[in-house]
Amino acid sequence: MTIARNLKYSDALDEALVQAMLVDPDIFVMGCGVDDEGGIFGTTVGAFKKFGPERVMDVPLAENAINGIGMGAALLGKRPVIVHARNDFLYLALDQIANHAAKWNIMSGGKLNCPLVIRAIVGRGWGQAAQHSQSLQALFSHIPGLKVVMPSNAYDAKGLLMASLKDSEPVIIIEHRFLYDTRCDVPETPYFVPMGQGKICRNGKDVTAVAFSYMVKEVLEAAQILAREGVDLEVIDPRCSVPLDMDLITRSVKKTGRLVVVDTSWKAFGISAEIVAQITEKMGLSLKGLPVRIGLPSQSTPCSSNLEKDYYPGVEGIIRAIRNISEPKRVLGLEVETVNTDHLQFKGPF
Amino acid sequence: MNQKEWAVKAYCELIKIRMVEEAIASGYSKQEMRCPVHLSIGQEAIAVGVCLCLEDEDIVFSTHRCHSHYLAKGGNLNEMIAELYGKKTGCAKGLGGSMHLVDERVGMLGASAIVGGTIPLGAGAALAFKMFGKPFVAVTFFGDGAAEEGVFFESLNFAALKKLPVIFVCENNHVATASDSTSRKSKDNIFEHGEIFGIPGHRVDGNDVEAVYAVAREATDRARRGEGPSLIEGRTFRMMKHVGPEIDQTTGSRTPEKWLAWKEKCPVKLFEKKLMDRGWLTDVDQQKIRRQMKLELDHAFDFAQSSPLAEMI
Repeated sequence: MTIARNLKYSDALDEALVQAMLVDPDIFVMGCGVDDEGGIFGTTVGAFKKFGPERVMDVPLAENAINGIGMGAALLGKRPVIVHARNDFLYLALDQIANHAAKWNIMSGGKLNCPLVIRAIVGRGWGQAAQHSQSLQALFSHIPGLKVVMPSNAYDAKGLLMASLKDSEPVIIIEHRFLYDTRCDVPETPYFVPMGQGKICRNGKDVTAVAFSYMVKEVLEAAQILAREGVDLEVIDPRCSVPLDMDLITRSVKKTGRLVVVDTSWKAFGISAEIVAQITEKMGLSLKGLPVRIGLPSQSTPCSSNLEKDYYPGVEGIIRAIRNISEPKRVLGLEVETVNTDHLQFKGPF
Repeated sequence: MNQKEWAVKAYCELIKIRMVEEAIASGYSKQEMRCPVHLSIGQEAIAVGVCLCLEDEDIVFSTHRCHSHYLAKGGNLNEMIAELYGKKTGCAKGLGGSMHLVDERVGMLGASAIVGGTIPLGAGAALAFKMFGKPFVAVTFFGDGAAEEGVFFESLNFAALKKLPVIFVCENNHVATASDSTSRKSKDNIFEHGEIFGIPGHRVDGNDVEAVYAVAREATDRARRGEGPSLIEGRTFRMMKHVGPEIDQTTGSRTPEKWLAWKEKCPVKLFEKKLMDRGWLTDVDQQKIRRQMKLELDHAFDFAQSSPLAEMI
């Protein structure tokens, strides 16, 4: 029986990296500040301590070239992990990620593999503003040749990072900053969460709520309140947007007849649209209610605290949206609903 | 091998590329090779001079204009033509086409049609060699246009910082598609672009295969000794249009006179004359070499034409 302990998400990532690097000498880490005392919010600290600058290397601010350099090394059998403190910096590497890493396998007729892992953090709160708060799963999910992984808890964080480090093709891991201090039981020994395998976090019969990343936490909180209102949510965490576990989602919607998709990014043109489209194509005529997407408005993140608070839907927004498509037996007063104070906990600076 | 043997080998490589490219150009109108072809006619000496310094284990990356590098590195000819024909037997199973030739068995790890795209890949391969402790080098070929992209400078810095065994080889043909280098560059000094990072640069006559070889030899030896990267700028001329099978006498500032002047400096013709003057090559020899190459080419085209269609992977 494997021993599990209560571990923080950031420590789970740190542990996964160390354990993977112990077994596979070809894994190495590149990123600005991966070797500093913070170690990317504690996620590369252990690896740097154990393996030093030869395998956990600080790099110049040259995101595009660094991605290409990682890819060149990967083509020769190394397994680089490129770490970005923010999703927003991925744009600088877009040519190498989208035109090169994602396409080299097919352009070589399947002969060459590019085992590259890219980790990028989603910022939120304390005035991160437009360029330190983006969540780019939709952008990368749209591009063939990339896998996109969004662990919502410490257990999945370790399991998916370890799985990514065994994959033969590029994987982008999107980690939400607000999840870093969340805890759950994490086995001591190495383990893998299979790519493209979603999870039912809460069984229910009235509405299927598909949620990604940090939204899983908020949807589960909403589910508790909605339960008291007589609406029984089934909460699904696909864990990856590519590959996407549509089988799991479809089975659930067949049961409940209602679909809500909650995403960390802008609602328009997001991954929630893909799920709603696929469900509607398959079974739109048999749904009991119209599908709903919950995400951010089509605006870049404002800095000011009061605007920032309203920008994110929050548990309240999720509850309101689900009430509209379900039939609550009673509606509780909004004052009792705010259970999530993560945005108040985080006081920056970064 | 001695100097004469080396010279004859180099000559055969030059003839090979020239004849392959000319065959592609003349057959193109049949519309059986249905992809954009960016021919290397006129630029062969850079590919040959550099690749003669390399073993199979050394790595090469290239650009949309990759035919010369693919062949000079030892890429399979049958598979190359089959690739242009979009066949399953192509070097990329028909999925890449002319701009993405690859032959991993001889260290040709691919080509990118995004200008500058493979520059960091070469640095990355060199990083891997260094980490593995292997005595091999990576070469990344690119044009004068790529030497303007940000990723070029990012890669130079990293290669210098980590003292990587990578050679950056710029084929400066003074044009990017139809845009003359005088309208794009503040200074004509690509070979000096590495200096700010401490990377030695060499400018060489790109149409003189012996001169290219000498400079490339110095660079690869330096890299193998663990002393780090080098930058080579080979100055040359692209005889055909940017893409397609036609000669280019009119794009931008080109004139028929300029074109003819460069034709006189043809790398193949010049080297052939040199060898004949030295008595290392006779008329009979060169006819024999060309006849042999024609046979191989005919076989390659037959192979391509009779191969099955590509399938998605």
